[in-house]
Amino acid sequence: MKYSTSFIAGAAVLCSAQTAFAQTEIEFWHAFTGRLGELVAEQVETFNASQNDYTVVASHKGNYSETLNAGIAAFRAGEQPDILMVFEVGTATMMGAKGAVKPVYEVMEDAGAEFDQSKYIGSVKGYYTSADGNMLSLPFNSSTPVLWVNRDMLEEAGIDPDTDLSTWENVGATLDQLKEAGVDCPMTTAWQSWIQLENMSAYHDVPFATKDNGFGGTDTELVFNSAAQVAHISALGDWAKEGKFIYAGRRNEGGANFRSGECALFTESSAGYAGIKAEAEFAFDVRPLPYWSELVDEPQNTIIGGASLWVMEGQTDEEYKAVAAFLNFLSSPEIQAKWHQDTGYLPITTEAGEKTRADGFYDENPGTDIAVIQMTANEPTNNSKGLRLGSFDQIRGIIDEELEAVWAGDKDAQAALDSAVERGNALLRRFESSQR
Amino acid sequence: MEKRVTFKGIWLPILLVLPQIVITAVFFFYPAGQAVWQSLFIPDPFGLSMQWVGLGNFEYLFSDPYYRASFVTTAVFSILVTVVSMGVALYLALLADRLIKGAGAYRTLLIWPYAVAPAVAGVLWLFMFNTRVGVVSWYLGVLGYDWNHVLNEGEAMGLVVVSSAWGRISYNFLFFLAGLQAIPKSVIEAAAIDGAHFWTRFRTIVFPLLSPTTFFLLVVNIIYAFFETFGVIHTITSGGPQQATTILVYKVFSDGFVGQDLGSSAAQSVVLLFLVSILTVVQFKFIERRVHY
Repeated sequence: MKYSTSFIAGAAVLCSAQTAFAQTEIEFWHAFTGRLGELVAEQVETFNASQNDYTVVASHKGNYSETLNAGIAAFRAGEQPDILMVFEVGTATMMGAKGAVKPVYEVMEDAGAEFDQSKYIGSVKGYYTSADGNMLSLPFNSSTPVLWVNRDMLEEAGIDPDTDLSTWENVGATLDQLKEAGVDCPMTTAWQSWIQLENMSAYHDVPFATKDNGFGGTDTELVFNSAAQVAHISALGDWAKEGKFIYAGRRNEGGANFRSGECALFTESSAGYAGIKAEAEFAFDVRPLPYWSELVDEPQNTIIGGASLWVMEGQTDEEYKAVAAFLNFLSSPEIQAKWHQDTGYLPITTEAGEKTRADGFYDENPGTDIAVIQMTANEPTNNSKGLRLGSFDQIRGIIDEELEAVWAGDKDAQAALDSAVERGNALLRRFESSQR
Repeated sequence: MEKRVTFKGIWLPILLVLPQIVITAVFFFYPAGQAVWQSLFIPDPFGLSMQWVGLGNFEYLFSDPYYRASFVTTAVFSILVTVVSMGVALYLALLADRLIKGAGAYRTLLIWPYAVAPAVAGVLWLFMFNTRVGVVSWYLGVLGYDWNHVLNEGEAMGLVVVSSAWGRISYNFLFFLAGLQAIPKSVIEAAAIDGAHFWTRFRTIVFPLLSPTTFFLLVVNIIYAFFETFGVIHTITSGGPQQATTILVYKVFSDGFVGQDLGSSAAQSVVLLFLVSILTVVQFKFIERRVHY
């Protein structure tokens, strides 16, 4: 009798130890708050409830920059999470950190998980793949710039709200009409570097930097001061001078002006959808980002912005298995389609896009597929695959400063872009030497 | 005759000052030494490798015209913040000193802004001066002035100066008021009997007697403008438009935490370290001589 009780007790201890072992816990650091934060929490809960082997613990670590810094600091202290969310401009930094990150395709391979890279949309994953086509991180939230139109304002100004705004030439003519009709803010933009330079370059298939926009090595140099970009910035500068393009700030400050019905046209991320839909008290429209018909007959594709998930080095095999399971869960059509429909971010797999169409979401919410079409219309070229530049967040800061000089009328477009290229190249050289 | 306490041995005094020395070494000398050491390398962000560059980071910094321009921006900004916050505080303190009724309430209300964190103060001022929806910029528009600190460098500087000085006025006010109340009334009354007017009394008696307070506040406010205004600048302008409000400390942040360029960031910290040492020496050597205790 005595023997059996101790046996039972021993077995119970063993069992509980086993369940504790079986529940592999992995840490996931992200940068989302508010509605997006809730949606991430929901994804994690669904995953945890869907199986018994792994538990994902998600924590919010501040904005994109803060999350990246938290990850870096944690790695230096040997306390890194399993999964770290890093924004797209941090891609080169993460790629350079060999020994700190474990490429996603390797994680999948080692874990023996099913991983078919061809399922992912080319222009989305392209930003995060190595030169030989392997995915280094898993795209999480991706968006692309589009043109938002306040239909009511066009109508009030006596312009047909369905007027063709597919080219900048047409947009220019419409801005003239809006200005004549006494509109204070005919057009504004968010994220000027991302939309008016980075995407402008990809969309017109001109290089932003040498070595395939940095994909070919850290000895890349900026070249966004060529004729095409100068012409575009110059046109925007003229519009700024004439009061047709209103500069609101470096980030998405212009969003408030558009949503309050003050600005007629607004170039902003497709992910602005949720906010505009919630706040706008006017009829609005999503259009593809305009292109210059004098430069190209057909636009290439636009590139993405957003963040991807990087897997950190130094975890156990068991944890990497959990990571693989979680990343596969995030890529599943149901989860992706829901994410795409809830947030306006692009789906990362073709299947999720098809499912969304089959669900009838695009019919109920016209224009929400514009971004997907714009991204996937053409197979990306070396100029439109994405950008991989070190210190890129800071280079964007430099571009912001130089563009502000153009909008204020202090510099012409050529001088400003030349100076931005020169200053940016200095940072690229420093990044190059830090990677040796 | 000075009174001196002497110790017989060497161990007791060392033991007594040891806590202070240990704290200083661990929390001040060690991090400062680390900054100096790191400024000689270009490290990769994750600390996986380090490239020895000697004084290369400093060469890189000082060959950058934008970094050199940042010194001027910092000087202009610090002087403006100090003058505005101390000037207004002194004026308010002089008025409060003459109050007979309601002095307590007046003082309490004036102290409130000090409790507002710099970043929050920045957001508040940004709301008022927002180019599109701000109350103040709207009224300025009615008056025919087109406020646009997003593109106008002077206006951006003005806005960050006012936002930074605002919370400091309370702090300076407290010290000035205490200083004013410590001045013996008899001295002022004697001057008044001699026929000195308010302005003469202020210039010849009050201000000189207030000089220890003024000197203390000068040192504290310059340090504040140098190091603690980061939150205000970050929330209002992020250093722009162009580089109009990029002060040295803001650049340390943006190079280190946005650019992950820790070598350059460390080198800038070392430059700041020198700058502050020089400032402190200047203040105590030259300005303090003019202070009457």
